[in-house]
Amino acid sequence: MSIPLLEVQDLHKFFFTTRGVVKAVQGVSFTLSAQETLGLVGESGSGKSTVAYTVMGMYSPTGGKILFRGQDISVSHERRPLSLKKELQIVFQDPGSSLNPRRSIGDILALPLSIHGKNNPGTMKERIEELLQMVELPPEYVSKYPRSLGGGEKQMVAIARALAVEPSLVVLDEPTSALDVSVQAKIINMLVEIQKKRGLGYLFITHDLSLMRNIAHRVAIMYLGRIMELAPSRVFFEKPLHPYTRMLISSIPVVSEQEEKLKPQKIIPRGEIPSPVNLPSGCVFHPRCIEREELCSQKEPEMIEAEPGHWVKCHLIRT
Amino acid sequence: MSQPLLDIQNLSVRFRVYGGYLRVLDGVNFQVAPQERVGLVGETGCGKTTTMKTIMRILPQPPGVIKGGKIIFKGKDVLGMESWEVERMRRREVAMIFQDPTAALNPVFTIGEQLFDAIRYATGKEESDHRFLREVAIRALEEVALPDPARILTNYPIQLSGGMRQRVCIALALACPKELLIADEPGTSLDVTIQDQILRLINRLAEERKMAVILISHSLGVIRDWTERVWVMYAGTVVEEARTQELFAQPLHPYTQALLKCVPKLTGEGIAEGIPGRIPDYFDPPSGCRFHPRCPYRMAICSQEKPRLYGTPTHHVACFLYQEERK
Repeated sequence: MSIPLLEVQDLHKFFFTTRGVVKAVQGVSFTLSAQETLGLVGESGSGKSTVAYTVMGMYSPTGGKILFRGQDISVSHERRPLSLKKELQIVFQDPGSSLNPRRSIGDILALPLSIHGKNNPGTMKERIEELLQMVELPPEYVSKYPRSLGGGEKQMVAIARALAVEPSLVVLDEPTSALDVSVQAKIINMLVEIQKKRGLGYLFITHDLSLMRNIAHRVAIMYLGRIMELAPSRVFFEKPLHPYTRMLISSIPVVSEQEEKLKPQKIIPRGEIPSPVNLPSGCVFHPRCIEREELCSQKEPEMIEAEPGHWVKCHLIRT
Repeated sequence: MSQPLLDIQNLSVRFRVYGGYLRVLDGVNFQVAPQERVGLVGETGCGKTTTMKTIMRILPQPPGVIKGGKIIFKGKDVLGMESWEVERMRRREVAMIFQDPTAALNPVFTIGEQLFDAIRYATGKEESDHRFLREVAIRALEEVALPDPARILTNYPIQLSGGMRQRVCIALALACPKELLIADEPGTSLDVTIQDQILRLINRLAEERKMAVILISHSLGVIRDWTERVWVMYAGTVVEEARTQELFAQPLHPYTQALLKCVPKLTGEGIAEGIPGRIPDYFDPPSGCRFHPRCPYRMAICSQEKPRLYGTPTHHVACFLYQEERK
């Protein structure tokens, strides 16, 4: 394979607090190609957003490397060149707080264009209308303010803003979690279409596994700062190996019998995700794991490739 | 069905706002039998929570105005109750838990203080009866499977995780026996594994105590897993009601069908188009069936008349498509 769009190698991110070191991310590695959607799933506190923010440069990594098209970008935001920032954009979960309530939609969309030197006064208005059209909003929205838009429409504006500077990688941090499914469906379809047209890479952060089944090409599941399993979407859902993945998939509430049949045997979830300050010994999942063995509390398992493209971090899985 | 525990008849609620009224609930009918687990499903702003707040008489008035209808709980109209009767209902008969356990708990009091308060409210015991309060509180925390209840009594909400806070809220609501529990999106702000635990807990308590539950959720999957009967709401109206199995096997209302299609499936068949248009403006809601502007099957009558519920005894649907065949 040629150089991937994004490559994360052994990423570590610790936060030093008065109550101890929060080991938010410990040894995360993955790649993402153009045209590809990588789903990064996990419960709250698993470190998925920290990975995303570190990729964006909102945090600088404690260890490990982030490569964009082979070039090392493991520095924080303020030390990244403008030309690099243009390539990486992010859409946040809550469009209510990511859009400035005192700026019109037109102003919101104009800002990235002028920052990145695309503020040719002659074409600015046209460009903004194009952006609105891309997210299927009528041109008169230019003069509206975020408060008069519905949640879905606000998120459309946030997406248009991220795409204004024509990035090649977009981090989507739970972009539809706050929205109803009927609105989510529209946004997801639009994102998929835009990806096809522009060949974007999406790093899609979410806790919604069913959604990932439908749009991600590959899925990685995180638990306490580590990737526990990474596989092509179909394999991930049809042949999950890690007990944590199976527990999570078996807990998803579904709406039909066909789906029920696809779920692994029900594992009644127990316990909660522990604090990332005091991590369990050995495999971090062992206190909640029903299949744990003695070794699990003593030694952290290595990530192994169980079959081509299917990576898993569990002592029970042997090649 | 025997005598229902709760029977809402033609409930209409408006909100008075600058320049007019928001016609939020438009003739809602809803029944719950004793010990029944009922689901109420619908998208944001469809009136699920407004309906429940009206039952508990905690709807803020103003701006809320109850325009018409009845809420019969155990044979008595809640809307006509004296305030002491409402109090009694909240103490002894109906409890409610909310979506966000963090907002539902007071951050400056310990769990113990809040539990003692709730128990005193429900039983009328004095504060001096400390041993009784403590005993009931510890038992309540044990019932919701919280480890080390004695320690949790001394904790503040911030010291507990989201899942534990929701367990505390359930303990607060059910420290004393109740006949009906209204659970408003109890797992929505939690992870799926924790949501599963919370719903399992509610289910167990409902069974043990022979308590009816109204589970409100926007998640069709949650409703399918945890209820026996389901009511689907759209824009302040009930559009469909059926045994849960029946509804998911054969949804009848075009809105229910469209909504089910939008849910991402584990089968990975891709994501449906979504429902065209947006939820109506309550200021000037569509005439007739409120779903008609977005409905692919709309007919002339749909914009003229409000459909009543058609169908079989176990499956009702408010849609003119079923007027003829299911008389």
